Amino acid sequence: MQQIINFIIRYKNFLLYIFLLIISLAFTIQSHSYHQSSFFNSSNWIAGNIYGVFHGITTYFDLDEENEKLLQDNKRLRDQLFNLESSATINIDTASIKYTIVTGQVIKNSYADNRNYITINRGKKDSVKQDMGVITDLGVLGIVENTSNKFATVQSILNENSNINAKIKNTNHFGSLIWDGRNYDAVQLIDIPRLVPLTIGDTIVTGAMSSIFPENIPIGTIKKFDLDISNSFYRIDIDLFNDMTNIKNVYIINNLDRKEVLDLEEETTND
Amino acid sequence: MTSSFFINIIRFILLVLVQVLVFNRLNFFGFINPMVYILFLYWYPIKENRAAFIGLSFLLGLSIDFFSDTMALHSAATITIAYLRPVIMRFVFGINYEFQSFKLSNTTRAQQFTFLALLILVHHLVYFSLEIFSFANLLLIVKKVLAIGSASLILCLLFGSLFSVNKE
Repeated sequence: MQQIINFIIRYKNFLLYIFLLIISLAFTIQSHSYHQSSFFNSSNWIAGNIYGVFHGITTYFDLDEENEKLLQDNKRLRDQLFNLESSATINIDTASIKYTIVTGQVIKNSYADNRNYITINRGKKDSVKQDMGVITDLGVLGIVENTSNKFATVQSILNENSNINAKIKNTNHFGSLIWDGRNYDAVQLIDIPRLVPLTIGDTIVTGAMSSIFPENIPIGTIKKFDLDISNSFYRIDIDLFNDMTNIKNVYIINNLDRKEVLDLEEETTND
Repeated sequence: MTSSFFINIIRFILLVLVQVLVFNRLNFFGFINPMVYILFLYWYPIKENRAAFIGLSFLLGLSIDFFSDTMALHSAATITIAYLRPVIMRFVFGINYEFQSFKLSNTTRAQQFTFLALLILVHHLVYFSLEIFSFANLLLIVKKVLAIGSASLILCLLFGSLFSVNKE
């Protein structure tokens, strides 16, 4: 007994080190799989508020640029609206709405790591929940991962765990959108069969298989494509429409049918 | 004792804030975010309790992790250099550093430089190996360690000479 106590006292620093290292590794390795730790994320109260205050100061510096972007977006939407077939006022039936949208702003962006997360200033209070899609006026940004009362973290498409259903525009050839962790302006689309005719410059949009994003939200254009090791699928490099280094205003999409879809799918697999 | 205690608390908070609000957003060349909070371990008094030092380093790493959504990568890397600091110091300063009168400010520039460089090298090696976590990307790890390590080193040296530690 005496010897055990002596041993512990003698190596207490080493034991402390090993203990803390195991804690850290457990948290890290656990999150190498699909989900971010719900404890270590910047949607927590302290980090969120400090980022919020800092965002409040720096947000003034690029107001002009942001205004111009919003103006362009409005112009595009008005162009669509004025050219609609039925120009009469469209009555929206609240029972037939499939998606609702929450607007928000990015308060912390990162794109230099291998697993990038973005923090936004909307949370449970604004009915933002896990697994909602987040887009900008240009294209897809990511999926909500953790929420606190006032803030949420978003798993960026620049994240090695990210996996989004995407397809080639105007066709039904879909694959998975992933990121290899190398370049912050390019993501990869895999699992497109080699029979599909591809051209450099083709547009990639979100697919219909996902219950997170609506169909046909733009992602990017094809930069180059190769066959993968199995020689039967393409591996496509995609130039993103979004400039991931410069993101301010985002839209968070709530799919009202998502719960029903998931319940149904679960029921089917259980049978 | 108390004055050094308060200096360390203030240093802790300031380094965390500078790291997360300024240097994590730098993204020089798209991926270089220097880690200046390592200076805390460089400046921390040598004669203090080692267990407390490791505990404090864990807290430091954890605070950075909280802000930057990096799980516990910073914590793991920081406690590693906190634990290895005496070994590195013995290697750099020789047996001298165990004397009562030893002060970091009395050592030569070359020694201070080597000490800091070794701290940063070990820290970044642990950090990026855990972050990337695959030997297939060994080249990427080496590239990141060298590029970000040298950026951290330059900035730490600048900060080190700006806020010298003559008091301790």
